[in-house]
Amino acid sequence: MRRRHFLTLSAATLGGVLIYSLDRKASLLAAQHKPVRIPLRSFTETEALIVAAAASRIFPSDDSGPGAREAGVAIFIDRQLAGAYGRDRFRYTQPPFEDAPRELGYQGSATPRQIYREGLRGLQGFHLRDPAAQDEALRKIEPTLFFSVLRQNTIEGMFCDPLHGGNAGMVGWQLVGFPGPRMSNFDEIEKYYGQAYRPKPVSLRQATGAKVRPSEDEK
Amino acid sequence: MKALPAVDAVIVGAGWAGLLMAKELGTRTSLSVVVLERGPSRQSSDYSTDMDELDFAIRLRMMQDLSQETVTLRHDPTQRALPLRQHGAFLPGAGVGGTGEHWNAQVPRFLPDCFELLTKTAAKYGANALPEDHAVRDWGITYDELEPFYTRVDKLLGSSGQAGNIRGKLINGGNIFEGWRSEEYPTPPTKVPYFSWLFRDAAKSLGYHPYPAPSANISRAYTNPDGISRGGCTYCGFCGRFGCMVGAKAQPTNVLLPIIQKRKNVSLRIGAWVRRVLFDPTPKPSARGVTYVDGAGEEFFQPASLVFLASWTFNNTRLLLLSGIGESHDPATGGGTVGSNLTHQVSVPSATAFFDQPLNRFMGSGSAGFLFSDFDRDDLHRSSMNFVRGGYFAARGYGFQPIGAFGVLPNSVKATWGSEWKKAAVRYYDRTATIGFVGEHLAYKANFMDLDPVYKDKLGDPLLRLTLDWRDNERKMADFATRRAVEVAHAMGAREINPFVGLRSYDSTRYNSTHIQGGTIMGDSPAHSVVSPYLQHWQLPNLFILGGSTFPQNASANPTPTILAFVYRAADAIVDRYLKHPGPLA
Repeated sequence: MRRRHFLTLSAATLGGVLIYSLDRKASLLAAQHKPVRIPLRSFTETEALIVAAAASRIFPSDDSGPGAREAGVAIFIDRQLAGAYGRDRFRYTQPPFEDAPRELGYQGSATPRQIYREGLRGLQGFHLRDPAAQDEALRKIEPTLFFSVLRQNTIEGMFCDPLHGGNAGMVGWQLVGFPGPRMSNFDEIEKYYGQAYRPKPVSLRQATGAKVRPSEDEK
Repeated sequence: MKALPAVDAVIVGAGWAGLLMAKELGTRTSLSVVVLERGPSRQSSDYSTDMDELDFAIRLRMMQDLSQETVTLRHDPTQRALPLRQHGAFLPGAGVGGTGEHWNAQVPRFLPDCFELLTKTAAKYGANALPEDHAVRDWGITYDELEPFYTRVDKLLGSSGQAGNIRGKLINGGNIFEGWRSEEYPTPPTKVPYFSWLFRDAAKSLGYHPYPAPSANISRAYTNPDGISRGGCTYCGFCGRFGCMVGAKAQPTNVLLPIIQKRKNVSLRIGAWVRRVLFDPTPKPSARGVTYVDGAGEEFFQPASLVFLASWTFNNTRLLLLSGIGESHDPATGGGTVGSNLTHQVSVPSATAFFDQPLNRFMGSGSAGFLFSDFDRDDLHRSSMNFVRGGYFAARGYGFQPIGAFGVLPNSVKATWGSEWKKAAVRYYDRTATIGFVGEHLAYKANFMDLDPVYKDKLGDPLLRLTLDWRDNERKMADFATRRAVEVAHAMGAREINPFVGLRSYDSTRYNSTHIQGGTIMGDSPAHSVVSPYLQHWQLPNLFILGGSTFPQNASANPTPTILAFVYRAADAIVDRYLKHPGPLA
């Protein structure tokens, strides 16, 4: 069994603490000073810190609104890699593995979990560097499969339903004005032509009252 | 292998085609019917909690499990094919209801001349009008013969729309280019997302004839002739790739399954992976039944007097090849009919437009919007375009969710990550939409399917191999569509427009459409086809093949209504004639 790892986050970086209003002004919802320890499912603590730092450069927290740090993207990716996606449960993985033109799609044998493990080896100490050096390091790996997977997973972690561990406090949805699952837009769809209609976001569990189980929790 | 008690009919696949046949046989006869489905059980009530973009639209929870079986692809017969290891260009479903559960429910009909494409094109424009290496065929049936069955399909689904041609009378506001309809749509058009409204006005201003997209996400409550009632669409936006939360979208599990479940003579076996159709070649050629492996790995033989394959284009074709029924197509000699006439569709994002105003794109449905079909016709090559056939333009408000929709940016933005990218992506998030084009795909001699010599499925059976690439006809059609769509986007007031980059090699990584056809095509003679227009196998008259695998080439329109119309027609012929006098129907 793997040794248990935790990601320790300070209140300032923990998703859900900062809530962004619809006009994207950040406000402190709750002053929480104690650091929080989150158990990790697939990363070591150092790996989680590197992924969190890299995701924050891909999707930064800046004057246009919150980013990967507030959304909890690293937590999301950790859970995904521990689930069906991370081990390629649904991909055709029979050999032989051959190189192919781009149009045939990814032909490799490495699972997302292996792609991360290998990719993170090339980013040792990444989380300790300053942002400019971090950007420089990411530019170097930009053409790699690891970077494109990390970028895609970062977007997923920003905008997934919070039940997957990302988009904490629905900060990603607020950022772009997505209201989450709504059972009906019947009265609104033809009413707001040309004007922004931005209902308050609700998560799937809030909208349905059901304890929906994400696929990464299935065996 | 354990032999099970014989049944009257065995149906392979519990999607639209298989379950419609099961309903017809189950309610109109006392035949014992067994439906074999290899995927999971599904019912419409499962969908009340599935509005989760990540698991359903990104991880594709409702699609076929490719770890068990996929297809291989190569662009031409000289290459070695490789497996499509993840979903991309098409999204076949799995489980009860099949692809009909997660579809967008777009329900146009095929144009009348599609069914007689070879003879009509030659008669009008000469024998050389089609590309040299084409394999275009007539279907052996006319639109007029099929129309009553299309009308039954529209009533089954409760289709929403506005007719453009009722018995030859053209009606403004509908699609005046479509074939005649005997009746108006059962329900009126759906509501219109803002982007589609802009498209409608722009198309009108350019002299085109926009019409509401035909939709089986119905506009209001409707009870079909079988007594199935559904409510109207709520435009929640979780549609294609999802099952419908409120049951407004017609799905096999809401319009067919409830009727089948009430019939004692129909049973549904889940987790049954069919491997072979067994048959007697002599003295009286006939199918004997099918073999399948159940969820526990045990293999069974299910004898049946009637065998129906309704397991989607790929598996219908693969089952015939694995079973040794008919000859595998060889493009070098032109021999063998099984696997020939593989077609997809020219389905492209012709113009991605960026606007100043917000579009509220989260509201919509998989088929709410406007289309125009002014270029869905046979004579474009006459007007210096130098390609054959055409397609329709679409501005649908599918309902957009942020993982898939975030980061679509004008070509002027170069960054792909970091602050500059994020700022632009946030700004454009709800200010962009795509005008799509869906065009016909001709059949060619060298686009075909056979068994792969290397790669196997989970049971060790060969995968199906696709040999498929675009030709100049499709590339020119896509380029033409892009020029027209850019004009429309300008007329819509777009600030910036990304034109489609063009079709190069067939790309398995870009979603195209889930409308892949051919492999077991219908026709008027066994020399060039596998089944008759009654979907009956030419050599084994108790074997019927249902679905898009029977289409000789692809139309621009979405295929489900056409698939179902042929199933109704085959079911009538079986119930009214075959059961009394088993034998060839055509």
